[in-house]
Amino acid sequence: MAKIELKNVKKSYGAVDVIKGIDLTIEKGEFMVFVGPSGCGKSTLLRLISGLEEISSGDMLFDSERVNNVLPSQRGIAMVFQSYALYPHMSVYDNMAFGMKLAKASPEAMKKRVLEAAKLLQIDHLLERLPKQLSGGQRQRVAIGRAIVRDPRVFLFDEPLSNLDAALRVQTRLEIAKLHHSMSDVTMIYVTHDQVEAMTLADRIAVLRDGRLEQVGTPAELYERPNSIFVAGFIGSPKMNFLTGKFAADHGCTTLGIRSEHIDVVTGGMWTGQIVHAEDLGSDNYLFVEVGSDEPLIVRQEGKLTMKVGDTVSLSPKDGQLHRFDQNGKPIR
Amino acid sequence: MTASKPAIARDGGLSLQQQRQKAAFWFLAPMLIALFCVAAWPLLRTVWFSLTDTSLNNLYGGKWIGFDNYLRVQTLSNGTVRYKGTLVDPAWWNAVWNTLRFSVVSVVCETVLGLIVALVLNAEFKGRGLVRAAILIPWAIPTIVSAKMWAWMLNDQYGILNDMALNLGLISSKIAWTATTDTAMYAVLMVDIWKTTPFMALLCLAGLQMVPRDIYEAAKIDGINPVKVFFKITLPLIRPALMVAVIFRMLDALRIFDLIYVLTPNSAATKTMSVISRENLIEFDKFAYGSAQSTLLFAILAVFVSLYIWLGKVDLSGEGGK
Repeated sequence: MAKIELKNVKKSYGAVDVIKGIDLTIEKGEFMVFVGPSGCGKSTLLRLISGLEEISSGDMLFDSERVNNVLPSQRGIAMVFQSYALYPHMSVYDNMAFGMKLAKASPEAMKKRVLEAAKLLQIDHLLERLPKQLSGGQRQRVAIGRAIVRDPRVFLFDEPLSNLDAALRVQTRLEIAKLHHSMSDVTMIYVTHDQVEAMTLADRIAVLRDGRLEQVGTPAELYERPNSIFVAGFIGSPKMNFLTGKFAADHGCTTLGIRSEHIDVVTGGMWTGQIVHAEDLGSDNYLFVEVGSDEPLIVRQEGKLTMKVGDTVSLSPKDGQLHRFDQNGKPIR
Repeated sequence: MTASKPAIARDGGLSLQQQRQKAAFWFLAPMLIALFCVAAWPLLRTVWFSLTDTSLNNLYGGKWIGFDNYLRVQTLSNGTVRYKGTLVDPAWWNAVWNTLRFSVVSVVCETVLGLIVALVLNAEFKGRGLVRAAILIPWAIPTIVSAKMWAWMLNDQYGILNDMALNLGLISSKIAWTATTDTAMYAVLMVDIWKTTPFMALLCLAGLQMVPRDIYEAAKIDGINPVKVFFKITLPLIRPALMVAVIFRMLDALRIFDLIYVLTPNSAATKTMSVISRENLIEFDKFAYGSAQSTLLFAILAVFVSLYIWLGKVDLSGEGGK
C-alpha cells in the first residue's frame, strides 16, 4: 500500500560506509527483491527501510512522506526475520496477537485478525503451541502470520527461507508468492542471497554490490540484458560462461559471456574441446568442455546424451546470445 | 578408519552402551571419592555427633543419647515438665530468624540491583569491557579483608561513613553502626549487598546475552515500549538463568558466617545459624549440641532448596526451553 522512495540513502558505521548512496523507487504493491553476495549491504538496506537502523544521510519517503526519523512501529511495516524471532515463551496465538494486545485492541477484533491470518497460512491448529514445539517451516509461517496481523503497508522479509531445508524452501517460496497475490496492494521487499528465490518471486530485482545498486529490473531484463559482468555472473544458474583473451578479442571485447543453454553442439563450430566432466540432472545434462579458456565451458543439453566424458566436441553460440563486455565490465551493445 | 580387530573381541563382549557406562564410571570415580571424603563423610559425622554427648576434649568417647540434643523432656520431682534442647532454645530460633531475614533481604536486593547493573552492562557503550572488569572488584576481594575494611569505614569514632554523614547533616551524632543492635543488621546487609551484587550482575548478564537480539527488534517493530519489553519479554526469557542465580546466592546467604564473624562479632542482632553453631561447637564446649544445630542448618537448607526447585520449576538440567 505504500510507494517507497530512497533518495541518495547512505549508511556508515564509523568510518565504514556500508550503503554508498542508493536511489530507488519501489512502487505500491510491488514485490521487490534485494539480491547480492554476502556483505553487499542488502540486509542493511532492508533494516534502513524498517527503521531498525537510522540512515546516515539522504531521504526515505513512504507515500511521499519523509520517514527518516519515524519509529519502526509508526512506519506501518511488518518484518519477517531470518531466525523467525518468535517470542519463545509465548504461544503461537500470543506471538501473533502480542503487538495488538499491547496496542489495546479489542479482544474480538484481535481474535478475528489472528484467526484469519492463521487460516490463510494453515496454522490455525497450532495456535496453542509454543514455538519450540513447531517445525522450522511452521515457525516461519507463524512469523509471517505475525506480520500479516500487523496489517502493514510494507512487508519486509530478511532471508526468510535460509534456515529451511531445500524441499521446504521451495514450498514456502510458493506460499510467499501466493501471499503476494492475495495481498496485492501490499508492497513487499525481500532480501536474499539466492538468485533463484529472486528470479522466482520478484516483480523487480535490485542487485546490490558493495553498497551500491548494480542494476534494477525485472527478472527477464536482468537475465537477458545484464548491465555488467557482475550481474551477468550473479543471475542465472549455472553461472554464465565467461571467455577472455583471444576468445573475446575475436568478438572485439574484453570478456565474452554466453549462457550454458545458448551453446549448441555442432560440427565445425566456433570452439572445440574435450568433455572433462558431465552432470546428468535427469531432464538436463551439463557438459563441462575444456576449450582452452580459464575455466571449462558449461553447456546445457536436453534429454539423453550420446556423448561421454573424453569425447571431443565442437561448439557454437546461438545467434544474438553473446554478451560482450569492455574492460570495465560494462556491456558493449 | 583402520579397524584392526573386531570390537566384540575386546572388553569381554560388552555392548557399546555398557562400555560407555564403564568408561563414565572410571572418569567419575575420583570425583565421587573426593566428594565422599570432603562432603558426605563430614556431614554423616556431624549427624552422628548430634546424636551423642561428645565434647571437644573427648571426640571419640561420645555416648549415644538419641535426640536429646534436639529436644529433651524433663519431668522434675515436683511434677513440672521442662523442655530442653536446640529446638526450644531461643538463641537458636533468634539465629534462624536472623539468617532468614538476612538471606531474603540481601538476595532480593542483590537480584534487583544485579539485574539493573546487568541491563546497563548489556548495552553497547565505549569502555564496556573495562567497566565489566571493574564491577567485579568487590566480589574479588576476600570477605575477611572487605569485612575488616568496612568495619573501619563504619567505625563509630574514626569511620569515614560517620564523618561524611555528619558533614552532610544526615545524622546529628556519630552512630556505632556495627555495635548498635538496631543498625548491626543494616551494616551487615549493606556490606553483603555491596560485595555480592557484582556476582549477581554477572550471572544476570550471562542470561541477558542469551536473549537473541532480533526478538528485541521484532518487539520494536511491534511498537512495544521498553518497560513492557522488559517485563513481558526480557524477564520471562532470563527467568531460568535468574532462578539458578538466586538459588546459588540463597545457599550462600543461608550459610553466611565470615562477614558476620568479622563485622559484628557476638551481636545477637546478626548472629546466624552458622555463627551460633560454631560458637557451641568450639567456644562453649557443647560439641554435640553444636553438631545438632549444624545438622538442623543442613536440614533447613535441604528443605528450602527442594521447595525452591519444586515450586519455582527451576531447570537445573541445563537443557532449558529453546
